[in-house]
Amino acid sequence: MNRFSLADTIEMSTIVVLVKQVPDTNAKIAVQGGRVDLSTVKMEMSPYDGFAIETALRHKEATGGTVTALTVGAAGTEKILKDAKAMGVDNIVRVWDDAWSELDSNALQSVLKESIESLGAHAVYCGKSAADTGAGSTGPGLAERLGWANASNIINAEFGDAVTVSMPVEAGVAKISVPLPAVISCDKGDFKPRKANVKGIMMAKKAKVELLTANAPASSVVVAHHSMPAAKPAGKTYEGGSSASEVVQLLRDEANVL
Amino acid sequence: MTDKIVIAELTKGTINPSTAELVAAAQAMGGNVTVVVPCTDASMANQVASYDGVSKVIAVKSDVFAGNDSSGWASALDGAMPQGTVLFLATSRSKDVASRLASRRGLSVVQDVVSIEGNNLTSPIYSGKANQTVTVNGDAVVSVRANVFSGVGSGSSNDVSVVDASGDVKTAVQEIMQRASARLDVSEANIIISGGRGMGSPANFTHLEAVADTIGAAVGASRAAVDTWEEIPHSMQVGQTGKTVNPNLYIAVGISGAIQHLAGMRSSKYIVAINKDADAPIFQHADYGIVATWEETLPVFQDALSNLLG
Ligand SMILES: Cc1cc2nc3c(=O)[nH]c(=O)nc-3n(C[C@H](O)[C@H](O)[C@H](O)COP(=O)(O)OP(=O)(O)OC[C@H]3O[C@@H](n4cnc5c(N)ncnc54)[C@H](O)[C@@H]3O)c2cc1C
Repeated sequence: MNRFSLADTIEMSTIVVLVKQVPDTNAKIAVQGGRVDLSTVKMEMSPYDGFAIETALRHKEATGGTVTALTVGAAGTEKILKDAKAMGVDNIVRVWDDAWSELDSNALQSVLKESIESLGAHAVYCGKSAADTGAGSTGPGLAERLGWANASNIINAEFGDAVTVSMPVEAGVAKISVPLPAVISCDKGDFKPRKANVKGIMMAKKAKVELLTANAPASSVVVAHHSMPAAKPAGKTYEGGSSASEVVQLLRDEANVL
Repeated sequence: MTDKIVIAELTKGTINPSTAELVAAAQAMGGNVTVVVPCTDASMANQVASYDGVSKVIAVKSDVFAGNDSSGWASALDGAMPQGTVLFLATSRSKDVASRLASRRGLSVVQDVVSIEGNNLTSPIYSGKANQTVTVNGDAVVSVRANVFSGVGSGSSNDVSVVDASGDVKTAVQEIMQRASARLDVSEANIIISGGRGMGSPANFTHLEAVADTIGAAVGASRAAVDTWEEIPHSMQVGQTGKTVNPNLYIAVGISGAIQHLAGMRSSKYIVAINKDADAPIFQHADYGIVATWEETLPVFQDALSNLLG
């Protein structure tokens, strides 16, 4: 049998956007018994993920297809998936196994690779880094595992067979053609995350979270403890602009930075 | 104790001096240290051949290192260097390459390390509001922040072996819109002078630029300045939704010191604050605080710098 249906010839984009729950970035952070105590801290979607959702939605609007928001986390993280749904994504997926606790980057990216493959994605968007660790490892690390192209910290994108992104480089801002499939991480840029409207919020309430699981290799990097940054010794304060010359002298003699 | 492999950092086609800090960081983890120099011309490795405390230097020569494609970088490096724990400088390109290299080798990556005790590595989390210490079992790929470790000295003469490599480049640069000013970007400067809403107008940033030109600094800004004035681009913004910087000297002018601004610059080695409000929170983080308007302070500051550095 050699029949082609329309769906085989026109490939609709399956777009996935990775989102992560983090503590409210305005919250005070305290350490109790060697661990950060988040019991009283409000949790929210990492701010850069909003730029990623916006970019993913624009990709879909340009080429057709679907956008799926995906998070790796326990049941308590479903709120951010609902927030993504309210912004306009089509599907929401949570990947978890109750045997998992803290996944190191190797374990997390292995889980993501398996999940992305099972969803059959062509393009994955994520924030440039998550507001908890600020590491920024997930986008490029996942791309390598999938054998895909990647671009990081993009500030603009145009969508076609490839995605043409703008990103800062040493010399200025580069326009780079990223062939699909690819993983693209988003910085704050030209795309402002859209606000959820009433209809979106209503739909999000009813939306069902799909559950997935995957294989996670044992973590070789484990959290030993958290601590507060060492308080800085009190500095010197001067009154009046004329003291600037003394400060310049100290920057040279005391601080050795000039 | 596994071998440590330091990837020399390339900045504008030359070896970034913080590479010597990476060697010191590798020594703090223990084991023999090999320095790998990604380059388009093997003579670039001569700059690190004199580093102390290094057992081997490998120049990996490839065209991919003239570009920014992290797949190209990681694949070219991977094939040309031994196994072990790998250390990069925590710049945005190198953090990308580090992540890819870790994936190629089935390792985990630990980014933005600021302190090392054997296999315990500490990095800031929550924009510097806390620190996280992790224990690494076996090999890992690590990125280390600049200006945290004191670099090793030089005076040795290490042998340099040269390996030709090719890489799997996946993306293509179409054009680069050059930065208008020749001035440094905040993410690559050792000294930064930033202005906030207290500067009053974008035109007044010329006073900051004059200081910057005298001391070779980059000019940064607070979010209030970026949001209020179109002339101040987001690329200058320091803070939680801007850039995280770690210079030797950060000079904050007319900036109140909101938590989101501090998130981007609190780990600077020395902080100078110029603000007319003695109660501005920035003073709690400043090594040298000047309570005065910038109008009366910057001319004195500028003169003193010119006299000193003439
Ligand atoms: C989610 C989120 C993310 C954010 N991200 C960032 C970020 O990345 N970076 C950032 O900077 N902010 C960020 N902010 C904003 C931050 O909360 C502050 O609003 C901002 O940093 C204030 O900028 P400012 O200090 O320039 O302005 P202001 O707070 O208005 O302070 C101006 C200061 O100038 C002083 N001043 C006035 N006139 C003079 C004069 N003539 N001479 C000397 N001093 C003078 C005043 O005393 C005052 O202290 C973020 C906020 C949120 C909610």
